[in-house]
Amino acid sequence: MVFSRFERPYEDNPAPRHALSVENVSLRFGGVKALSDVSLDVQPREIFAIIGPNGAGKTSLLNCICGLYHPQEGRILYGDVNLVQTPPHRLAHLGIARAFQNIELFTHMTVQDNLMLGRHIHMKKNILDALLYWGRGQREEIEHRRFVEHVIDLLEIQHIRKQLVGSLAYGLQKRVELGRALCINPGLILLDEPMAGMNVEEKKDIVRYVLDINEEWGVTIVLIEHDMGVVMDISDRVAVLDFGILIGLGTPDEVRNNPTVIQAYLGEEGG
Amino acid sequence: MPSQSGIYHEDYASDMQLRPTTMQRIRQIAIVAAVLLMPFILGSNELRIVNQVLIAAVGAVGLNILTGYTGQISLGQGAFLAIGAYGCGLMMAFFNVPWPIALLLGASITAIIGGFFGLPSLRLKGLYLAVATLSAQVIVEWVIKRWDPIDGELDGRTTDALNIPSNLLVNWQWVDANRWLATVGIVILIGAVLWVTWRLQSNFQRDRFMAYRYLLYVVVGLIVVFLSGLIVILQTPMLSLQDVFTEDWRLNGNEYAFYCFAMPVTILVIMAATNLFRTHIGRAFIAIRDQDIAAEVMGVNIFRYKVLSFMVSSFIVGLAGGMLALHSTAISFERFTIEVSIEYLAMIIIGGLGSVSGSVYGAAFIVILPELLRTLGRTIAGTDPASLSQFNRILPFAQQGVFGAAILITLIVESGGIRKIWQNTKDYFRLWPFEY
Ligand SMILES: Nc1ncnc2c1ncn2[C@@H]1O[C@H](COP(=O)(O)OP(=O)(O)OP(=O)(O)O)[C@@H](O)[C@H]1O
Ligand SMILES: [Mg+2]
Repeated sequence: MVFSRFERPYEDNPAPRHALSVENVSLRFGGVKALSDVSLDVQPREIFAIIGPNGAGKTSLLNCICGLYHPQEGRILYGDVNLVQTPPHRLAHLGIARAFQNIELFTHMTVQDNLMLGRHIHMKKNILDALLYWGRGQREEIEHRRFVEHVIDLLEIQHIRKQLVGSLAYGLQKRVELGRALCINPGLILLDEPMAGMNVEEKKDIVRYVLDINEEWGVTIVLIEHDMGVVMDISDRVAVLDFGILIGLGTPDEVRNNPTVIQAYLGEEGG
Repeated sequence: MPSQSGIYHEDYASDMQLRPTTMQRIRQIAIVAAVLLMPFILGSNELRIVNQVLIAAVGAVGLNILTGYTGQISLGQGAFLAIGAYGCGLMMAFFNVPWPIALLLGASITAIIGGFFGLPSLRLKGLYLAVATLSAQVIVEWVIKRWDPIDGELDGRTTDALNIPSNLLVNWQWVDANRWLATVGIVILIGAVLWVTWRLQSNFQRDRFMAYRYLLYVVVGLIVVFLSGLIVILQTPMLSLQDVFTEDWRLNGNEYAFYCFAMPVTILVIMAATNLFRTHIGRAFIAIRDQDIAAEVMGVNIFRYKVLSFMVSSFIVGLAGGMLALHSTAISFERFTIEVSIEYLAMIIIGGLGSVSGSVYGAAFIVILPELLRTLGRTIAGTDPASLSQFNRILPFAQQGVFGAAILITLIVESGGIRKIWQNTKDYFRLWPFEY
C-alpha cells in the first residue's frame, strides 16, 4: 500500500474530533494562583494558540487537560467526557496527544521505538504473544511499523530512524516528540512550544508539518508558542494568558488590537 | 540492535529481524557449537560451575527485566528465588508432582506473589520501592524459618532445610503406563520443543533456507550430543533409551543430566526475554523507566505495566529458583538471603542494565570469578598445609574484595557494563584502522 506523503493513513480509525471546552478552571499551588477562572473553547479542526509571558500558566493549563494537574475548580470537557476526572493514561484512548515543552522522550530507545510507543494504545496482543513473538504478536508489530514509517516520511526523519533519541540534536528531538504524538493518530494534539530554541529554517519546517497535520489529517491543534509571527500567521484563534488570567481571546487580529493584551505585553517589555 | 549500514531491507518484517548480519549469524552458530560441545570438553566439576552460571543467568535475566528495563529496583530477588525453589521443592517432596510441572507451578506461584509485592509501586518509586521489596525478603525468610511443615530432616533431626527428592531427567515411571502412548508423547514433546525453538527464532522467518539449516544443526547437534554422551559416559556401545535414563541421570547428581535440562531452559528464557523487548509490552516497560509521565500520557497504564513487569520478572526468577532446587539435594534459607539479592544486582550492573545478553555475561562473571580465585589461590598455595590454611583464611576476603572492585570499576569506567565494553571493542575493530 502506498500513501501520498500527507494523506492520513488508512485502516486505523482516526479518533473522533470533539470540541474541547475549558469551563471556569482555577488551579492553585499553595499561594500561587496558576490559573484563575479560565474559560475557553477549541472547535474541531481549529488551530488554537495560547500565548502569554513566562509563568503565565500556559503549560499548567495543558497539564490540567492531560489530567496531570487537578484544578480545584471548574471542568474541562472533551465531547462529553470530563477530563478533570480522567486519569492521564486514558487521554490517548480519547484521541488526545501531547508533545511536551521540555522534551520528554524515551532517551534510551531509538527514534523508531519512540514512535512505536505512540502506537501503544492501538496494540492489543498479550504477554504470551510478546514472549513468543510469532504469529499474531509479530504481525501486529509489523502493521504498526507501517503507520510509524508513514509518520517518519511526513516529518522527514528517515535518516535517524535507528538512532538513539538521546544522541540527537535538540531540533530533531523536538521533531521526534511531535512524531510520537502523531503516532497516536489523535483527533486533538497539544503542542507545548514545539519550535522553542529553533532557527528560522527549522521553525519553517515545523510550521509546515503543523499545517499539514491540521489540513490533511484534520487534527485539531492547540499550540503554545512565543514566536508572535508564527502564531499570528497560522492560528485561527488565539487565547492570551497573563498571571493565570485569560486577558484576551479571539482571532489574531482581534487579539492584536485588544488593549488589555497590548497593555500586558507593553508592560512586560517596559518592566 | 543497530543494523550495519549498507544493508537494505525490503520490507518491515525483514528490517525487524533480530540478527541481520552475516557476522552475527556466524557468532550464533559458534554459540550453538559451544553449547553442544561444552559437556564433552569440560569435566563434571567445571560443568557444575557452568550449570550454576545457567541458573544465575536465568535469575539475572528475570531481575534485569524488572530493574534494568522497567527501572524498578528490587531487593527481593533472594525471596523470589526462594519462593520458586520452595514452591518447586514442596510440590515434588509432598505431592509427588513430576519435576517439570513442579518447576512451572513454582514459577507461577512466584509470579503471583511477585505481582503482589509489585502493588506498592503504585505509590512508591526508587529507593522507597526498593525498601518495600525488601519486606518480601523479610517475610519469606520468616515463613521459611517458622513454618514447620516445610522443614526437612537430616540424620533423624528436623532442620530448616527442605530435602529435595532425586529426579531423573526422564522418569520412566510416568511413562511406563502405556509404552506406546508414551513413545508417541515423547516424540510429540521433542517435536513441540523444536518447533517452539524454531518459531522463537523468528529472525529466520524470511530466510527459509537458513531456517532449515539451523534446524538441521539443532537436530544433528542433539543427536550427536546424546549418542556420544551415552557412549562416552557409560562407555558401552548401544543401549535402549530406558537403560540410559537410569539412576545415574539424576538432575541433582549428574551434572551432565542437569546441563541437558538447564541449557535449553536458559536458551528459551533468553529468547523469550529478547522477544519481549521487540513488542509494545517491552517498550512500555522501557518507557516507564525513561519517562514515566510521558509514557502515561502516551496511553501506558503505568501501574498495570509495573505489576506486569513484576510478574514476568518473578516468573523467570521463580524458574531460576526451581532450577536451583532441582540442582540440590536440600535447600535452606542461607541460599536466599539479602546477600543473594545484592549479588544479583551486582550481576546486572556489571553485565549491563537493560540488556539480556549483559545479564548472562554478568551472571557468568559473578559465578566464575570466585571459582577462578579459588583455583588460582590453590595453585599458589601448593600442598603445604600451613600456607593452605592461610589461603583458606584469606580466600573469602579476596573474593569479596574482587567482587566490590569489579562493581566499582564498572561504575567508573563504563556504566553500560560488560555488554557495552564488548560493543565498544567490536565497534573499534570494525572501524579499525580508521577511527571514524
Ligand atoms: N508543579 C508545580 N508546583 C508549583 N508551582 C507550579 C507548578 N507548576 C507550575 N507552577 C507555577 O505555576 C505558574 C505557571 O507556570 P507554567 O509552567 O504553567 O507557565 P508557562 O506559561 O508555561 O510558562 P513558560 O512560558 O515559561 O513555559 C508559575 O508561577 C509556576 O511557578
Ligand atoms: Mg510552559
